[in-house]
Amino acid sequence: MPRNEMRALQSDRLKQLVYHVYNNVAFYRQRMDEMGLKPSDIQSIDDIVKLPFTYKTDLRDNYPFGLFAVPMKDIVRVHASSGTTGKPTTVGYTKKDIENWREVVARCLTMSGISSDDIMQISYGYGLFTGGLGVHYGAEATGCSVVPISGGNTRRQLQLMSDFGSTVLACTPSYALHLADALTENGYSLADMKLRTGVFGAEPWTENMRMELEKKWGIKAFDIYGLSEIMGPGVANDCVHHVGLHVHEDHFYPEIVHPDTKNPLNDGMEGELVFTTLTKEGIPLLRYNTRDLSTLNRETCACGRTTVRMKKITGRSDDMLIIRGVNLFPSQIEHVLLEMGETSAHYMLYVDRENNLDTLELKVELDESKLTDTIRDLQNLSRKIEHALNSAIGLNVKVTLVEPKSIIRSEGKAVRVVDNRKK
Amino acid sequence: MTVRQLSVFLENKTGHLNQILRVLAKNNINIVALTVADSSDFGLLRAIVSDPEKAMEVLRAHQFTVRVHDILSIEMDAAPGSMSNILDLFTAADICIEYVYAFSFGSKSILIIRTDNPEKALEIIFKNGLKMISEEELK
Repeated sequence: MPRNEMRALQSDRLKQLVYHVYNNVAFYRQRMDEMGLKPSDIQSIDDIVKLPFTYKTDLRDNYPFGLFAVPMKDIVRVHASSGTTGKPTTVGYTKKDIENWREVVARCLTMSGISSDDIMQISYGYGLFTGGLGVHYGAEATGCSVVPISGGNTRRQLQLMSDFGSTVLACTPSYALHLADALTENGYSLADMKLRTGVFGAEPWTENMRMELEKKWGIKAFDIYGLSEIMGPGVANDCVHHVGLHVHEDHFYPEIVHPDTKNPLNDGMEGELVFTTLTKEGIPLLRYNTRDLSTLNRETCACGRTTVRMKKITGRSDDMLIIRGVNLFPSQIEHVLLEMGETSAHYMLYVDRENNLDTLELKVELDESKLTDTIRDLQNLSRKIEHALNSAIGLNVKVTLVEPKSIIRSEGKAVRVVDNRKK
Repeated sequence: MTVRQLSVFLENKTGHLNQILRVLAKNNINIVALTVADSSDFGLLRAIVSDPEKAMEVLRAHQFTVRVHDILSIEMDAAPGSMSNILDLFTAADICIEYVYAFSFGSKSILIIRTDNPEKALEIIFKNGLKMISEEELK
């Protein structure tokens, strides 16, 4: 589609969207009233800069369904991701949203060269997480044979991959590496597999990692980008040229803003990636700030596509970590520790990658009053913290008790995380 | 009668135990008995010393995590089977042993014992006329 036609389409959709949220979402009506902004002030896509931003905290503050723009009878699906205070952020989809989601994922998979000739093993988690079901519907739309195996159980993943002759693997890039390294110990070699394509996402990964995955598996690897707040997987995907990810900008309008001033930045300049959901009905968001760092490029791609491309995400402007596809803020850990009140809140989180799987170790200072004369009491304390963290953030964390005052105190911004995963 | 036992939290770090011993030595505190329990992540030093209050004070001043607890101490005959005879009494009363260690002091053989039911343990000791050791006797 020529760029001027795309702009006309985006302008139309933005105008409709603004009326929709102004009339149906109290949160946006209040924001816009405060700014003295009326829906009629938005005449074209260029006016988008007048609109208020949306942040993850806004979703949390309006938990669970406060930002939904339609009555629950029109919502056909709910997904959720972990939030910063133990409350998840919730998103809802109408029938039309699910159709659009299927459409954008199908486009991503087609961009990755997937067709009805393929057998696709979906090893993203199914459930509240958007990864599994999101890719699933789009994969069915391409006509390929879907194997909805979900995440985990490495041995069975490899067995079915071999027995079924899966040609496509969809999972997080770190799990794809883990599976590759598990081939030999499970008695397989590449010759047993028919894999030719990988569709990897749900966590930031580098170009080096893409090349490593292509080499280890003998496949073509593609990056599928998305986040549950905007839709789930399928917001953008790279083509065979791997020169940025094509954004489905007829549904998700991207902007780049300065991390501090939040002023819009020109194409080519790095800043925070912001999306406006042009067609979403269930939970439409204006200028949602992903805190992912990227740049935009509107030049026509070598593949012929004219859609705007975003640079592969490799970092964030906040301290959010992505561990095995799960979003984690260090403040969530702090919250759990403070709520338990059995240790000090001085901690250090060590993120590592063992056998290509992310691991978390939490060192936390022991409170002297909790010291007894038996080892068991201390072990019980560690286990209790591990259990509380697991139920709050959905991740396994190894807890190690350390001596009081042994964790370095920072004079400026506290350093709470040591991320040893290779870049 | 009980004696006071120091418990010191030990991170798994080379030289850590010796740092504690050096602090005690520098302050002229004698170690009467010492045992270290270890797990994969940390250790726990238990010790009976000549001056528990002072030991706690100086160790805390050196940033160690330390507490003092009362613990049962029983004098044993220096003869084969004497420890087993004592434990038989506890087993018969369905008292579970959390940990135990033994040492000699002068001519005495001493058993330090921690159970899951201290009151019932005391009852057994008195009922069977076992001799408990006081801190004074360990000076």
